[in-house]
Amino acid sequence: MRLPTQWFGVAPFFIFAIMFLILPTLYLMLGAFQNDAGEFTFENIAALAQPSIVAAYWISIKVSLASSLIGAFAGLAIAIAIVRGGLPEWIRSATLTFSGVASNFAGVPLAFAFIATLGRLGLATVILNTFFGLNIYAHGFNILSFWGLTLTYVYFQIPLMVVIIVPAIDGLKKEWGEAAATLGATMAQYWRMVVIPVIWPSFLGTVILLFANAFGAIATAYALTGSSLNIVPILLYAQIRGDVLHNAHLGYAIAFGMIFITGLANVFYIWFRTRSERWLK
Amino acid sequence: MKSGKFWAWVVFALGAAYFFIPLIATVEFSMRMRRGAYSFDAYKVVLGDPRFQATFGYSVLAAVFTIILGVLIVVPAAYWIRLRLPQLRPLVEFITLLPLVIPAIVIVFGYIRMYGSNSPLPFLASDTGTNALLVIGYATLSLPYMYRAVDTGLRTIDVRTLTEAAQILGAGWSTIITRVILPNVLIAVLSGAFLTFAIVIGEFTMASLLNRPAFGPYLQNIGANRAYEPAALAIIAFAITWGCMSLIQILSRFAPRSANRPN
Repeated sequence: MRLPTQWFGVAPFFIFAIMFLILPTLYLMLGAFQNDAGEFTFENIAALAQPSIVAAYWISIKVSLASSLIGAFAGLAIAIAIVRGGLPEWIRSATLTFSGVASNFAGVPLAFAFIATLGRLGLATVILNTFFGLNIYAHGFNILSFWGLTLTYVYFQIPLMVVIIVPAIDGLKKEWGEAAATLGATMAQYWRMVVIPVIWPSFLGTVILLFANAFGAIATAYALTGSSLNIVPILLYAQIRGDVLHNAHLGYAIAFGMIFITGLANVFYIWFRTRSERWLK
Repeated sequence: MKSGKFWAWVVFALGAAYFFIPLIATVEFSMRMRRGAYSFDAYKVVLGDPRFQATFGYSVLAAVFTIILGVLIVVPAAYWIRLRLPQLRPLVEFITLLPLVIPAIVIVFGYIRMYGSNSPLPFLASDTGTNALLVIGYATLSLPYMYRAVDTGLRTIDVRTLTEAAQILGAGWSTIITRVILPNVLIAVLSGAFLTFAIVIGEFTMASLLNRPAFGPYLQNIGANRAYEPAALAIIAFAITWGCMSLIQILSRFAPRSANRPN
């Protein structure tokens, strides 16, 4: 017998991916559409409509959307500033190095850093109060809130955008700007007709990545707020630990919902991308 | 153009403020433990805590195993795709991107349900099995980074010629991979390894849900119960991340730059 040697190099990869990535996910997907007896049902998905779960999804979507959009535009602005702004070369390389670090500085330690900054006794809170007479907590700010969490997530979202988008901006050839100027284009026209169409696909792709990044994140939020901010990953975490919803299949449905949303974001991305590529031709 | 430069400075300054204020605040907070004076007491307490040493050691070990597992899976696959099965590249790239779309908490939830004590593959029935499952979970998390790093490394060498030369000299597959391909992509593999290390060392979700005594859950526990130690831990974690990224940068200087013939 001849072994199918054609496959032997990729076999470990595929076996691993199927066993530990695809099957576990499929298992939950199917579980979301089954009842305890193993029969097909839409009941679990329908049960997601209860107010507490809808609220959790809604706040998760809001935090992810806000942090990914703020992160994306701030990251883009910083990237343009360091690549095209005429700043000294060391600023560019220092920013890129720092972005590599900060984009991976997430999870529990990031929450600690923001508590030390904007918590009730945090340095920024105290300084604003003592020197500027601005008590942000009296004005309704709270680190354990929507804006607190968003502001914290932005700390890893901006650098991630910078790291990914800088090569795309580097890809803009100087000649294109000169060509546009020769043809009499204004700065605004150059941006609208050259820069944005070229950067657009990678920008949008990164926004989707940032969104998924924030949507699935749990450690930062959990360390920051405990379970006081009811976002989906924390709800799912509580469900896995202690079946707080008293229905195992509802847990599957929540997991299904999370993948559905990040998956949907990616479908949008692919759709936009094919559209923009068609337009570029 | 003058005003462009001005705005570039403004953007840069705002960004720098946003990124440095939390770091300064955390350093300041971590030194407030002793009343009335700045001190490194919080660091002393943290570093002297036996649980810190135990959980940190556990996570370092988990990271090392994750890197080994990742290399064993990714290097042969990336190599084989360049050599024999380029038509599989889109599929493999798609799979390696999945962990960025499927949240870690969902993956580990799947493990808990699929590999429980009553399942055909009862990973969770023993401590060793659960440790293995944690390493496996970490390897899936690092898959996107590891694959990209190795694939980039392979792009700079002429895989086909090297392989044929080795075969002519009578080398078997294991020799080719361990003594020809791996040394050539070592730098790329190490970059992937350090990135994996940075991701794994403080990971919370998987370790916590699998009940492993890892660094991430320890951090969370300290955060919930102490005041100044968390700030010290945040600075330590930042330093570790910084160290990993610096090593990657230093390594990249040794990486071969010219792409030979594109495969």
